[in-house]
Amino acid sequence: MAERKIRVLIAKPGLDGHDRGAKVIARGLRDAGMEVIYTGLRQTPEMVVEAALQEDVDAIGLSMLSGAHVTLVPAIMALLEAQAMSDIPVFLGGIIPNDDWQGMRDSGVSAIFGPGTPMDEIVAAIKERVLGEA
Amino acid sequence: MRRNDEVTPALLAQARAGSRRAVARLLTLVERSSADAEQVVRALYSATGRAHIVGITGSPGSGKSTVVNELARHLRAGDPDIRPQIGIIAVDPSSPFTGGALLGDRVRMRDLAGDPGIFIRSMASRGRLGGLAAATAAAVKVLDAAGFDLILVETVGAGQAEVDIAATAHTVLVIEAPGMGDDIQSIKAGILEIADVLVVNKADRANKGATVKALQMMLHLNPAGTRVRHHGTMMAVDPVPGSTDGAATGEMPVWETPLLETVATEGRGIPELAVAIERHRGHLRQTGEWQTRETDRSRQEIDQLLQERFMAHLRRAVPAGEREAVIAAVASRALDPYTAVGQLLATARLAADPAAGVEPE
Repeated sequence: MAERKIRVLIAKPGLDGHDRGAKVIARGLRDAGMEVIYTGLRQTPEMVVEAALQEDVDAIGLSMLSGAHVTLVPAIMALLEAQAMSDIPVFLGGIIPNDDWQGMRDSGVSAIFGPGTPMDEIVAAIKERVLGEA
Repeated sequence: MRRNDEVTPALLAQARAGSRRAVARLLTLVERSSADAEQVVRALYSATGRAHIVGITGSPGSGKSTVVNELARHLRAGDPDIRPQIGIIAVDPSSPFTGGALLGDRVRMRDLAGDPGIFIRSMASRGRLGGLAAATAAAVKVLDAAGFDLILVETVGAGQAEVDIAATAHTVLVIEAPGMGDDIQSIKAGILEIADVLVVNKADRANKGATVKALQMMLHLNPAGTRVRHHGTMMAVDPVPGSTDGAATGEMPVWETPLLETVATEGRGIPELAVAIERHRGHLRQTGEWQTRETDRSRQEIDQLLQERFMAHLRRAVPAGEREAVIAAVASRALDPYTAVGQLLATARLAADPAAGVEPE
């Protein structure tokens, strides 16, 4: 039995063009031994969900800095639901105001990582959620 | 563990019926375990063999993903009744240190999102050298059985010797960008030899002339009347003067590798590339070489499976302790490697000398 590889989609929905954070995360997950599918900038919710479906990923990471999470995250969660893919954990990073955290959690986001979150913490959270190990 | 992790008859049937979710799941399973890959290939093999498999290889940054993006977009813009369903497998390298990978080919293929006639899958090489992943061949079969007419396989950025794609694809595109090096680079053995279609991408660059010239020279040096077939086998073919399709003389047509210039970011040269690929498919069909390549590919696949099975058999038949002891003896110069292998084969009850044949158990 081959080693179980974790496949993660890293996407940047919305219109802001600042993808350094997403790239840092993608690189960090790569260095943690994961296979990261990086989609690049300006993804629509449909593009994110279709990529997740085709790539059959174990987790989705969204990076958002513009405030668009308020509309786009619920849209992505609804599309995942419609495709019966709600079992795929969704992680959120970037600039998410504290006041929005509860709303994001309520819409189904597994965890939110603000600026300065140590990479180890993100890796551990994904592993725990995907493999059921700490 | 989330989701079903098993190959089931229902999953196979859904994939054959074209369910994208089922196809995606099967691709994960064939990638994850060789036992699953075996089960999937056994079940689907009779439904494969329809698709035209096109390999795209070339140096890192030469524009492979962008060419794939534009090519797929061009082909899908055609007549809805005849335009192909396109499956794309894009391989990127795994880290030799962590085993992780950053699969970034989708970034260049964003124009293809939302087209239900296109399915893109990124694949990490997982330590396999040669430009493909170990599971790529099985993944191609999954897409083939799922009804994709055209399967584009993009290799990892390849330098000189990563020629595995020649054994997987019917048609191989080799994509170079200006600045590849001088004409000596172009006549070295390796990747350029496997090209059925040569592409100089980024042809709007000022220095493209030297690259085009070097590749032209390489093509002109191919001796007339011969052609290098896949897997390096030379096959003599009667030259057909003044004809590339053989129609005038009725003789077996010879495929002359075309050299095309593209600027993929602007879509320039892409329609011509699509025509060249289609012409090559027609050539393979017309000359019977399609079948020859299928036979070559099957031979290679069988040889590789036999090697794997023999190695697995050896590992089972020779106690690990004995193997380690022999390895230690070789390291300390108490044994030479050939005598050591002879001992291990004797333990496994296989003949030490291949010329003597392999004794049945």
